[in-house]
Amino acid sequence: MSTMVLPHEKQSHAHHDDRSFIQKYVFSTDHKIIGIQFLFMSLLFLVLGGGLAMVVRWQLGFPNQPMPGGGFFSEAMMNKGIMLPEMYNASVTMHGTIMVFFAIMPLLVGVWANYLIPLQIGADDMAFPRINMASFWMAFVAGLLMVASFFVVAGPANAGWTGYAPLSANPEYSGVHTGQQLWCLSIILLGFSSLAGSVNYITTIVNMRAPGMTWLRLPLSTWSLFITSILILLAIPVLAGAMILLFFDQTLGTTFYQPEHGGQPLLWQHLFWFFGHPEVYILILPAMGFVSDIIANGSRKPIFGYKAMVFAMAGLAFLSWVVWGHHMFMSGMQPMLGGAFMVSTMVIAVPSAIKTFNWLGTMWRGNIRFHSPMLHAWSFVALFVIGGLSGIFLANTPIDIPLHDTYFVVAHIHYVLFGGSLFGIFGAIIFWFPKMFGRLMNDTLGKIHWAITFVCFNMVFWPMHKLGTMGMMRRIYDPTQYPHLQEATPINHTISLWAFALYGAQIIFVVNFFWSLFKGPKAGNNPWEANGLEWVAPSPPPHGNWDGELLTVYRGPYEYSSPEAEANGTDFILQSEKPSSRQGAPGMAPAGH
Amino acid sequence: MNGLFPFPENISTYGGDIDTLFNAVTWITGIVFIAVEVALVVFAIKYRARPGRKAQFVHGNDRLEYFWTGATFVIVITLALVSRPLWNRIKEPSQFPSPDLELAISAKQFEWNVTYPGPDGKLGTPDDFTRRSQLHMPVNKKILVTLSSEDVIHSFFLPNFRLKQDAVPGMHIKAWFEATKTGEYVLGCAELCGLGHYKMKGRVFVHSDAEWQQWQQQQAATALAPTQEATSAGAP
Repeated sequence: MSTMVLPHEKQSHAHHDDRSFIQKYVFSTDHKIIGIQFLFMSLLFLVLGGGLAMVVRWQLGFPNQPMPGGGFFSEAMMNKGIMLPEMYNASVTMHGTIMVFFAIMPLLVGVWANYLIPLQIGADDMAFPRINMASFWMAFVAGLLMVASFFVVAGPANAGWTGYAPLSANPEYSGVHTGQQLWCLSIILLGFSSLAGSVNYITTIVNMRAPGMTWLRLPLSTWSLFITSILILLAIPVLAGAMILLFFDQTLGTTFYQPEHGGQPLLWQHLFWFFGHPEVYILILPAMGFVSDIIANGSRKPIFGYKAMVFAMAGLAFLSWVVWGHHMFMSGMQPMLGGAFMVSTMVIAVPSAIKTFNWLGTMWRGNIRFHSPMLHAWSFVALFVIGGLSGIFLANTPIDIPLHDTYFVVAHIHYVLFGGSLFGIFGAIIFWFPKMFGRLMNDTLGKIHWAITFVCFNMVFWPMHKLGTMGMMRRIYDPTQYPHLQEATPINHTISLWAFALYGAQIIFVVNFFWSLFKGPKAGNNPWEANGLEWVAPSPPPHGNWDGELLTVYRGPYEYSSPEAEANGTDFILQSEKPSSRQGAPGMAPAGH
Repeated sequence: MNGLFPFPENISTYGGDIDTLFNAVTWITGIVFIAVEVALVVFAIKYRARPGRKAQFVHGNDRLEYFWTGATFVIVITLALVSRPLWNRIKEPSQFPSPDLELAISAKQFEWNVTYPGPDGKLGTPDDFTRRSQLHMPVNKKILVTLSSEDVIHSFFLPNFRLKQDAVPGMHIKAWFEATKTGEYVLGCAELCGLGHYKMKGRVFVHSDAEWQQWQQQQAATALAPTQEATSAGAP
């Protein structure tokens, strides 16, 4: 970040000129700095979460063999370098927790909602810059609490990222006390951070759009972040409530989730998944938005079915509230409810299909530039389809009976969250990196990293479908214990080798990121020849974003290859470019300031 | 079933229907999967940027949107409605067949305690006996189990029977199955239940009628009266 040079402030912000270094880069209220802070924090957590996955893969691929570096851990976790169930269960739990809450969620929302929303709608900052700053610092403290839990006696939480009670509620059952409490506190605090953020994003999008930026001229990134923010606003309080009750069970001796004194274990599952399913869409919708922007840009075509894309995202968001029961098909919930949740869950295929076909429609008859963001967006579609289709198996209650809580589910979530979200995130980082830091990432390194990641990803997660149908349960420390899983041993071994390669390949991305930060070619305002308002601003944009200019929007964000653009001799036209008087005002969305 | 996605051998009466449904969904999703991936590759090659090439300026097609929205909706709703009877047959207690044998299974970290009714065929009588992590049953008989848990949530998983059902503390959940083949099979725990989750396994024995009678009498004879306590699940 130290390389960022902010051009002199525009007049209306002259009072900021005397901001100290700390005000500018540490306790900053600038949405761009906050976005970049989230970026660095969540990338660190991505590395940590990935490392924990490697620990898990070591045990599954090389059961009961000394792990390299195993001697580094305490004897409660490793016995002479050989992993104990304590280490395994803690790693599984913290891998899920960190990836969901501290890597993917902030990488999608914390980073890009902060960075992109004001730039894409033509605002000079967020509606509530101080709340925004507080949002980052709450997330930071929440992250510290989560990391601290690795260093307490008995280690971090080990009841799974879903923290099913009563295992999570009572240290007698899990063997973990302080770690599980820190887990609750950290997630509650992170929830406050997300709430503060989402209020800010919603208010900003509703109130601070530039003149002419009608709802149907918003880039799909902003639409996705808007819909996601509404989900966060409504879902997080449920999680916070559930977590507070769990914390009371752990510390005050209440028994909300423990049946001995009238508690109900299924209450936790209902609350957790009532939050948890919207959360799943919080973890994919923004990636869908970024990928839409990138595919239109790469294909040099308007997004196919813009309105259908918006309705599909709204439809996914709505459906996310009525499908939580599909996580509980085997829980002992009334079977009739299972039947109802099967129908609502199946319907999710409809908006998912709309999105997939429209991405294909966008590429159809395009003039596709396969820059590395486009490669990532392309693989998002290719892999999200697999995650979506495997969801149909799991949504189908009879088929779910053998597949529930097996590696089929592990394959499914990773095709969505890694194949989908993380590929979308890589694409988004490479795509908006030049805006953030003024320099382009190296495209060749980007393509090499993409190719290795794409191959390794599939070699890791595709065979897990097979492990699932074979009946390999999730979260088991030693599958070789089971006679029916003997054939799984060589598969697990191979998966682990590919997983190590997958993790190792990310070094290419890290090197590319930091090398480009300092040495990448200067980007200019609009390196991808895109249309959105963010590409009008200088790279990086100054405090206040627009150098005092007031932008007006004349058309939608995807008018690639339009007659208007061609009249300029190019295939793109910025949203803010004034229509020449000889032409009418074309564009996909009617004007209507 | 030894194709791309092999299941363990099926030995339950309803497992074959689950496998058939799985195959049907594999075909449906497989066709969509191949169509989308082929389109992605073909488009990537056919429409790649070349000098002089122009992208077509088009914003979409409403009829296409209606078509794929409607088609997807009809397919998935049909699939859900077709699948429901099988779900109800396996899981809905009001539709369970009348059982030939009732067992009570109480799970705890990290074992399955199976209580058998003894010679009188009734649970909750003094001749009941309990065996740890061993599930015995006669072949071709409808077995009704009542699942409970003494501590945390466990999940009763019989891969060869295509059956899975959580055992939840404070609840008594019923499940049924009927084995069609004798032999030894496996019982696993599918819900993370603590540090010993990975070893919470049981052995499943499906006996012929004669074998079952013999085993039951043998066990009942050696069983002592106080073993009854395991049936009162939820006791501390």
